[in-house]
Amino acid sequence: MSIKTKLLTTAVGFGLSAGIAASAMAEEITIATVNNADMITMQELAPAWEEATGNTINWVVLEENVLRQRTTTDIATGGGSFDIMFIGAYETPIWGAKDWLTPLNDFADDADYDLEDVFPLVRNGLSANGNLYALPLYSETSFTFYRTDLFEAAGVEVPTAQPTYEEFAEMAAKLHDPDNGVYGTCQRGKAGWGENMAFVGTVANAFGADWFDMDWNPQLDSPEWNAAVTYYVDLMNNSGPPGASANGHNENRALFKDGKCATWVDATSAAGDVRNPETSSVADKTDFFQAPKQVTDKGTGWFWSWALAIPASSKKVDEAKSFLKWATSKEYFEMVGESKGWVAVPSGTRKSVEEDARRLEAAPFANTIVEAILSVNPADPTRDPVPYTGVQFVAIPEFQGIGNYVGQQVAAALAGQSTVEEALANSQKFAVREMTKAGYIK
Amino acid sequence: MATKASRSSARLMIAPAVILLLGWMIIPLGMTLYFSFLRYNLLQPGLAPFVGWENYYWFFTDPSFTAAMWNTLVLVGGVLTITTIGGICFALLLDRPMFGQGIIRIMVIAPFFVMPTVSGLVWKNMFMNPVNGIFGQIATGLGFQPIDFFGQIPMASIIFIVSWMWLPFATLILLTALQSLDQEQLEAAEMDGASWANRFWFIMLPHLARAITVVILIQTIFLLSIFAEILVTTNGGPGVATTNLTYLIYVSSLLQFDVGIGSAGGVVAIILANIVAFFLMRMIGKNLDA
Repeated sequence: MSIKTKLLTTAVGFGLSAGIAASAMAEEITIATVNNADMITMQELAPAWEEATGNTINWVVLEENVLRQRTTTDIATGGGSFDIMFIGAYETPIWGAKDWLTPLNDFADDADYDLEDVFPLVRNGLSANGNLYALPLYSETSFTFYRTDLFEAAGVEVPTAQPTYEEFAEMAAKLHDPDNGVYGTCQRGKAGWGENMAFVGTVANAFGADWFDMDWNPQLDSPEWNAAVTYYVDLMNNSGPPGASANGHNENRALFKDGKCATWVDATSAAGDVRNPETSSVADKTDFFQAPKQVTDKGTGWFWSWALAIPASSKKVDEAKSFLKWATSKEYFEMVGESKGWVAVPSGTRKSVEEDARRLEAAPFANTIVEAILSVNPADPTRDPVPYTGVQFVAIPEFQGIGNYVGQQVAAALAGQSTVEEALANSQKFAVREMTKAGYIK
Repeated sequence: MATKASRSSARLMIAPAVILLLGWMIIPLGMTLYFSFLRYNLLQPGLAPFVGWENYYWFFTDPSFTAAMWNTLVLVGGVLTITTIGGICFALLLDRPMFGQGIIRIMVIAPFFVMPTVSGLVWKNMFMNPVNGIFGQIATGLGFQPIDFFGQIPMASIIFIVSWMWLPFATLILLTALQSLDQEQLEAAEMDGASWANRFWFIMLPHLARAITVVILIQTIFLLSIFAEILVTTNGGPGVATTNLTYLIYVSSLLQFDVGIGSAGGVVAIILANIVAFFLMRMIGKNLDA
């Protein structure tokens, strides 16, 4: 064998082994995600991470309710179908406490990642027993979207301080003009703990109601709940669009962007979309004020965070962590800003992003959102003391079932299928039954 | 005539298929039965203790149970009535010679090939939405208040959507039956002075009896488990207005993650479906003997 041949053989051998090593390292990770705008943007940008690491991603994109069912079933049974899951501020502490998720404490030591830059409220919401279990993409509270042109035309004064729900109903009534296809207010009516109960829950907080007393006895038949749900049903019947019991966040967002709603109390995370001239017909006519209060201002704006977590059953933790780091890093937000515009940057998580001059210029409302988010206290959500945390939900596993049932009953009252009294009596009965079954009530 | 040896070799050869089929059926059924006696909630993992009939107690005392049973009956009854009567009417119409008969027949049958989720979404968003839907736009255009279909008349709306899907099936079966009717018999009756109503009542309808029974039997089996149309339109609501037995089991199993109660519900549904099937089989058996 000549020297030339020897060299060639060695080179080929080296090349081959390098190739094998590279292919052995490249992994495919499976990510379960919700079909919200920010996550779709992430999918579009993810090839950058794939190219940089050689790994590939199998996206499983699902509607929110279906995602929740799939991920809960998978994680509870240790199915291991997903390496990364998009979960929220409700699931993370519960699942974390059960050791279903991989702790992400090492991100705190990663100077590059700068976890301190993430708002403490958001970090705490995604932690349990002192461990961080998920990294946030965006966080939100709720505030009031309103149409500046309609307020002006109807001579309705825009509140400068937090209005009461009574004042809000008066505004909505004045702006209600169904003959011209404009409804005074669009609020969530579609049943579900994450749909109508997100809004109704905050109205209930404002009216001084709570889900449970300190002994975990359900309080749904209290006068406060009655006042809150009666208000909600009257508000929607007097100033809402027809068929409101079928409208969830997405339906109302579409109605608002289409110019059919004068007011809408909903997620701050929708602000970027509503104020984006490319996607909204009312981009230059929309502004915001706080979600109203009533007998108290506690818990009047909800708190939610969409975050990425790694199930304990994942076999590809290193690759998953690498993606988590990329997808929630300062560089990622920068990438979104540069490619999709700074108005479309996921909001409410990183201080540096919210203070970025480019973001402030494109989204002058960014400060309002951050202030609103930071004013929320999920540990003290109601007028009276309660044993639970969570503003628009109760952070116990049983809440999904109870919240969905109550949501259905409230939707029935809204659609005129039952009275408010019947709806709340049924809800109370159901909640007592579930809490008894789960052992909270002896 | 088969010998003893050939009979046993036949049994031996058929055994794998029989065992496979039995396993296919018995394993899931046995597991459902087993889980129905465990306190097994996905959100409270760890031990799943044996609790006897407790899950059945919780399922039967579920505040939605009575409504779910009633809704199941109303849904099946409503759709069967509409599709059977509608099916007969369509079959009579399509049986008549007309221009473009082939195309019209295909168009009438088309809804049967639309997936339940798709038809549910199309009806919900494009037609029945009171603000953006076609019906709502027409009503507003004519100066009327649009109907909030899924809020005001939720069950009737579901029955309508499901009937729209199943009407072609009934029409197809009944049309085939009608075409097998001896025309001379009808002509003879006509010559004897029998009116159309009498010909329909005394000749056509008795001739269609078997086909009607088949339509009712097959549709009942499918209609007892209607789910997708409800999930994509009303989610069982408002309240429990459109929660049927299948949807209630789904709520227990996948919204409350209570596998025990969901399994108990599954067992109840299997028993009820078998009772219905038993009576229907007797009915169809009688009809076919006649």
